[in-house]
Amino acid sequence: MTLLDPLWTSLLYLAAAVCFILALRGLSSPRTARRGNLLGAFGALLAVVTVFVSVKMDNIPWILGAIVVGSAVAAPVARRVQMTQMPQLVALFNGVGGGAAALVGLLELGHTGDAWVRVAIVFTLLVGAVSFAGSAITFAKLQELMTTRPVLFPGLPVLMGAVLLAAVGVGVVVVFNGSFALALVLLALGLVAGVLLVLPVGGADVPIVISLLNAFTGLAVAASGLVLGNVLLVVAGTLVGASGTILTRAMAAAMGRKVTGILFGAFRGGSTAGSTTASDRPVRSSSAEDVAVLLGYAQRVIIVPGYGLAVAQGQHTAAELALALQARGIRVDFAIHPVAGRMPGHMNVLLAEADVPYESLREMGEINSEFRTADVALVVGANDVVNPAAKTSAGSPIYGMPILEVAEARQVVFLKRSMRPGFAGIENELLYEPQTTLLFGDAKDSLTKVLGAVKAL
Amino acid sequence: MDGISLLTITVLAVFVGFEVVSKVSSTLHTPLMSGANAIHGIILVGAIIVAGQASDPWVLAVALLAVVLATANLVGGFVVTDRMLEMFGGRKRPVEKQPPSPAAQASGGKEGAR
Repeated sequence: MTLLDPLWTSLLYLAAAVCFILALRGLSSPRTARRGNLLGAFGALLAVVTVFVSVKMDNIPWILGAIVVGSAVAAPVARRVQMTQMPQLVALFNGVGGGAAALVGLLELGHTGDAWVRVAIVFTLLVGAVSFAGSAITFAKLQELMTTRPVLFPGLPVLMGAVLLAAVGVGVVVVFNGSFALALVLLALGLVAGVLLVLPVGGADVPIVISLLNAFTGLAVAASGLVLGNVLLVVAGTLVGASGTILTRAMAAAMGRKVTGILFGAFRGGSTAGSTTASDRPVRSSSAEDVAVLLGYAQRVIIVPGYGLAVAQGQHTAAELALALQARGIRVDFAIHPVAGRMPGHMNVLLAEADVPYESLREMGEINSEFRTADVALVVGANDVVNPAAKTSAGSPIYGMPILEVAEARQVVFLKRSMRPGFAGIENELLYEPQTTLLFGDAKDSLTKVLGAVKAL
Repeated sequence: MDGISLLTITVLAVFVGFEVVSKVSSTLHTPLMSGANAIHGIILVGAIIVAGQASDPWVLAVALLAVVLATANLVGGFVVTDRMLEMFGGRKRPVEKQPPSPAAQASGGKEGAR
């Protein structure tokens, strides 16, 4: 088979790179987002076809087989995953990408004698391994395979420092002698560093870490592009690295955090305040009928949906309740915290899935001043995003995060599974306030009962 | 390609990357992260090149593992992003408060029949 002319190869790679840039551009606006994503997928397809027709290759049946296996595993999972579990999946895909970059770097070590290329290889190995292991821990935290609270132990900062120093030391040696065995050691050090990086991060901050690791994988891919002399990998990897960095900062800003604070706050012992267990102070719990009366005779109700609502798949019931209340002439809005759910923008996705009309979804900045005029704020499966500790308690892990001002409403109703603290693992003082009523139970069950009682009024 | 050209391209790509996502609303943070996540799955190209040059069976095995992982990243990333955006797209349509009038439907039917 004759191979494609290098000029054409470069032009096709250029076209793919332009597709990626336009994809990111498109994803920044709701109108063009879907088209942008499809354009990105087209660019990727173009690049993969180009590599097959432009490089002399053996093992083509094996490679095609591996591509089929990868697609057959990933596509159905991505198709079927529940939207509530989507953050985990993104972390997982990010991790395997980082792992692939590290393996490419490892295998290229034998093909080069150039010390500068080996610098790029060392970078790819280390960053790819950090991203892989970090994403694995992130996945475990989000899937609740392990505790979502920061994991800290004495000597953690020292251990992290030692691992990083060792990695740099081994890396320098690999650059000079290209030893494969030491490259494996470097890979192992990268994996340990990735684990140590994410362990001390608190559950609520995990999404920001996904974004950061996403940027890391991008940089590892860019470095592997330098190793292989492939411009497309350099451009695509750098794009993701740069945009991922900006995105990480934007997300952190939306949560009122600093990226360095998230990563190193725990090292300084800054984010360990708050109790770990539910306290036994008295709260006012109530029946679905009482809640229905509160809601049914209100003039203005604001529903604050949280992750608990999504887990219980109660979006549709919440939407129905809103309709039932509106039929009684009550004004109903949904107040969406930017990080409601488990990722910025996650709740918008979930409620859009439940066909809640766009006009009823109100952003935090817009609706916060309106809680004062609300008779009832109905908090469904949310905790951290309405926790006044974010404003009042300087030692709290969520201190500084903007919150929905539900305490301003005349009555606050919490639908909660139990008194267990939220994802950030801290207690909510609002639960003990006199204007607060609690209705315990699964969010969907409670909503169904309240809905039935409202209809019976 | 020589080093300085690659460096030039890298630096320019950094600025493009900063520029394209500089003003994005928090609503789209999740899809954008997921989309960027899919794009770095293009490491598949690197994995294919390495696998295509492998002669040792062990090297081939590791390279094929890299191909599987990279494909999962690339394909899974784009598919899950599309699913998310599909839902966003659904609510972008203006909400029709009134069903279309029977007359309009009837005339539409006639035109369709012609």
